[in-house]
Amino acid sequence: MSDTPVDPDEVRHVADLARVDVDDDDVDRFTEQFADILDYFETLDEVPEVERDADLVNVMRPDEVRESLSQEEALANAEETEDGYFKGPNVS
Amino acid sequence: MSDHGIFISEETIEGDGDGPLADKTVAVKDNISTEGVRTTCGSEMLADYVPPYDATVVERLKDAGATIVGKANMDEFGMGSTTETSAFGPVENPAAEGRVPGGSSGGSAAAVAAGEADLALGSDTGGSVRNPAAFCGVVGIKPTYGLVSRYGLVAYANSLEQIGPLAPTVEGAAELLDVIAGEDPQDATTRDEGTDSDYAAAADGDVDGLDIGVPTNLVDGADEGVVEAFWSAMDDLEDRGATYHEVELPSVEHAVEAYYVIATSEASSNLARFDGIRYGHRADAEGNWNEEFAQTRKEGFGEEVKRRVLLGTYALSAGYHDKYYKKAQDARAWVKQDFDEALAETDVLASPTMPVPPFERGESLDDPLQMYLADANTVPVNLADLPAISVPAGETDGLPVGVQFVGSAFDEETIIRAGSALA
Repeated sequence: MSDTPVDPDEVRHVADLARVDVDDDDVDRFTEQFADILDYFETLDEVPEVERDADLVNVMRPDEVRESLSQEEALANAEETEDGYFKGPNVS
Repeated sequence: MSDHGIFISEETIEGDGDGPLADKTVAVKDNISTEGVRTTCGSEMLADYVPPYDATVVERLKDAGATIVGKANMDEFGMGSTTETSAFGPVENPAAEGRVPGGSSGGSAAAVAAGEADLALGSDTGGSVRNPAAFCGVVGIKPTYGLVSRYGLVAYANSLEQIGPLAPTVEGAAELLDVIAGEDPQDATTRDEGTDSDYAAAADGDVDGLDIGVPTNLVDGADEGVVEAFWSAMDDLEDRGATYHEVELPSVEHAVEAYYVIATSEASSNLARFDGIRYGHRADAEGNWNEEFAQTRKEGFGEEVKRRVLLGTYALSAGYHDKYYKKAQDARAWVKQDFDEALAETDVLASPTMPVPPFERGESLDDPLQMYLADANTVPVNLADLPAISVPAGETDGLPVGVQFVGSAFDEETIIRAGSALA
């Protein structure tokens, strides 16, 4: 069995952080599955430390105004808009 | 839905007259944006989303004269290996009745296998082009990271994914890769290696003198019938002048866990954009900003997507970041180093694409870990940013088997040449 500390409260906490509502049934199932999956992830402990300096350089370009979506196009898929803006729920 | 559940939207998008693909029909995976044609990612979340712009690969298809015949079904947001997590229903495997077509680009592979399209585009984050290619008995290519623009591809795990072609033959897949490859100012991770490519010319079947390394770690443990078909393909290549020898890649033993930590972490961040405000499903909920988001995401995401978003959030959360994410990045660097060293000594690496024949439908849905483990041979290639091709290599008990060739970065020619000797 797994010694990974996954309990239903932890699954609820993570779901809350991820802004995903979950039912009690989901919580039970995820708790069980996460125990198996995280137990399997434990084998990463056997991985040696590896030198990982990527041989990459930044790609830079001048910041210039270019063509983009019109305001109308940008808003076309929104459920609710007002005066050319997206409209969301109350913040608090 | 279409035959076999292949298309989510069957709409025709005409190309611009002449071009190398003027007489070809193409199915496009439904996570690749098409202007004016809905792009669902196989999710309830985007069931009514209509992109206001084309992905770069779609523009290139149209410029090449191709006719797009539909948006292909897929696992929701690319998360799955069977195309059973689609909110629009599963896809049947045209090459193996009662079996899954593989995933996540199952609709794309099935479209080609059933003759619904001449060619198809899929995307491959951890095997999502090669797995369904193998399960449906067609050819699929996962290009080197940076060869093909991801602009307009709805992101799942940016550091791992590439758009890739599927076709009945290696030459067909190479022709499509020629059209989509090359630098794109809209995707800063693209490189210019593929800009004036002629990959199709490399599909000449000439493997005389080709040196093939076979990583034993990716063959041992595979299904017996799959292993038999694999060695028979190697013998076939040997008869045509290639040589093969075994190599050790110890790092791949940790590739699946590294992949799932990195992919779910990136997914948890990428999918944070789906809040119902700018696009996508929005719950009819009462409450503040956070409560409405949580309800929207509960209704819009399916179970596998929720599972991965939660796992990724967990792996990145305070106290676990070093234990999971940092270790997974170490494993990724190790895998990359292992492959680079092996490929410095040999031309290509070969293995079965999938360690098993196509699953029966419904078989793997209750045990996510078992499904993740089936990706063992494909995920190392994404972690190492390398190109790979899956080609059909016979059958076991009437079920398709695929062989995978992995090449050095931006050496698509060599894997195309090797594959073209078989299909």
